[in-house]
Amino acid sequence: MKIKVGVLALQGGVAEHLDHLNQIENVQALAVKKPEELNSCAGLIIPGGESTTIRKLIKAYNFKKAIRKFYQQQKVIWGSCAGLILLAAEVEGEKEEQLGLLDIKVKRNAFGSQLNSFIEKAVIPKISDSIQELVFIRAPLITEVGRGIEILYQKEGQIAAVESKNLIGTSFHPELTDSNAFHQYFVSKIRNKIS
Amino acid sequence: MSEKYRLNKNLAQMLKGGVIMDVTTAEEAKIAEEAGAVAVMALEKVPADIRKEGGIARMSDPKMIKKIAKTVSIPVMAKVRIGHFVEAQILEALEIDYIDESEVLTPADESYHIDKRKFEIPFVCGATNLGEALRRIGEGAAMIRTKGEAGTGNVVEAVRHMRKINSQINNLTTLSSEQLMTAAKEMQAPFELVEYIAEHGKLPVVNFAAGGIATPADAALMMQLGCDGVFVGSGIFRSGNPAKRAEAIVRATTHYRDPQIIAEVSEDLGKAMSGIDVNGLTDAEKMADRGW
Repeated sequence: MKIKVGVLALQGGVAEHLDHLNQIENVQALAVKKPEELNSCAGLIIPGGESTTIRKLIKAYNFKKAIRKFYQQQKVIWGSCAGLILLAAEVEGEKEEQLGLLDIKVKRNAFGSQLNSFIEKAVIPKISDSIQELVFIRAPLITEVGRGIEILYQKEGQIAAVESKNLIGTSFHPELTDSNAFHQYFVSKIRNKIS
Repeated sequence: MSEKYRLNKNLAQMLKGGVIMDVTTAEEAKIAEEAGAVAVMALEKVPADIRKEGGIARMSDPKMIKKIAKTVSIPVMAKVRIGHFVEAQILEALEIDYIDESEVLTPADESYHIDKRKFEIPFVCGATNLGEALRRIGEGAAMIRTKGEAGTGNVVEAVRHMRKINSQINNLTTLSSEQLMTAAKEMQAPFELVEYIAEHGKLPVVNFAAGGIATPADAALMMQLGCDGVFVGSGIFRSGNPAKRAEAIVRATTHYRDPQIIAEVSEDLGKAMSGIDVNGLTDAEKMADRGW
């Protein structure tokens, strides 16, 4: 069955996620610019970009309610980098409310400026048996996780990928690599929900 | 491609669909961030004031750049003079996020741009045509912007440069392989990059619009012409209501194909920067002709 997967297209690395999704069989990717466009989607990616910018636009165009409703309908959401920050229940040192769907605490720009961006190679067993490139760009880190949150990847105690029943969060950018493993995994999670 | 260069190109990808705003103080930086800017360009004088005051325009005071970097969580960029690699070394030491080797400042070298591959920090450079864009990428620029004519509030030059780059890209995709070396010769561009364009039909890095963008409609125009995002220099903080105009330009950039939204955000913005007609500028006054 063909499914539609949305990518929140307010700002950031939208095209990269659309490209990866469109390579998967029976998936149609959709750039979501208006809340009503979520209705036809079975899953949603909140991409990397500037989280403060995306947050403002989420608020300005009434996406907050729409995304929360989307989540309450048991649909799957994946946030990468800025998207992870937006999903988090708490951001260190900030009071401004995010979407607050994922029970984690994150630290923004955890590694410093662009000079400290890096690429790591690792196997994340639940995602794929092959080595994945993990691209960290001015990346956030997950500093605390709540109950029911599974840690998918951590290194030296630093948590960079988590999963819950209907959510995935990664502080790195699978859409900036040639691998489609994360997108495949995300789509299979969506398919498990609707079958 | 080195890992660092790849990461630097990647950072620019994360700025896509966004607005980068010129700011001269920490207060302005805060307003820009609040309005939804994806990055700020820290500089002592916006291009419109550089034009007005004349004299030599140089890299900004490191203290002021550091203060702005401390104030906001979004990436911070700053400008160096064309060819002034020591100014670039200084900005790299400050650990900001991006350097703009910019024609808006007075060029320090009439023959050579900075060898940007020697740096870890990413560079954005201006271009008026495809050959110029590819030369800058060949030198290691991780992001390109149109030059436009900064500080004029007149979008005509940015449109000219964007259209020129687009038509040259389209033209390359129609050439046969034996024609590419001649195209590289004529454009004075690195052959490998000419080959890349012919194959992919787009630049290998992100391309933003810059120079003369003053209204939400200007920003949407540039987006519809195919750029990945916009720089707004003097257009915001030399206008009547900077906070409101900044927010309006951000929204128009996101919804650049939605006239309804662009109309809404264009309402009641107060006075736009007054601007200068590019045709009234002498050659010496044109910033876009700086660099090669």
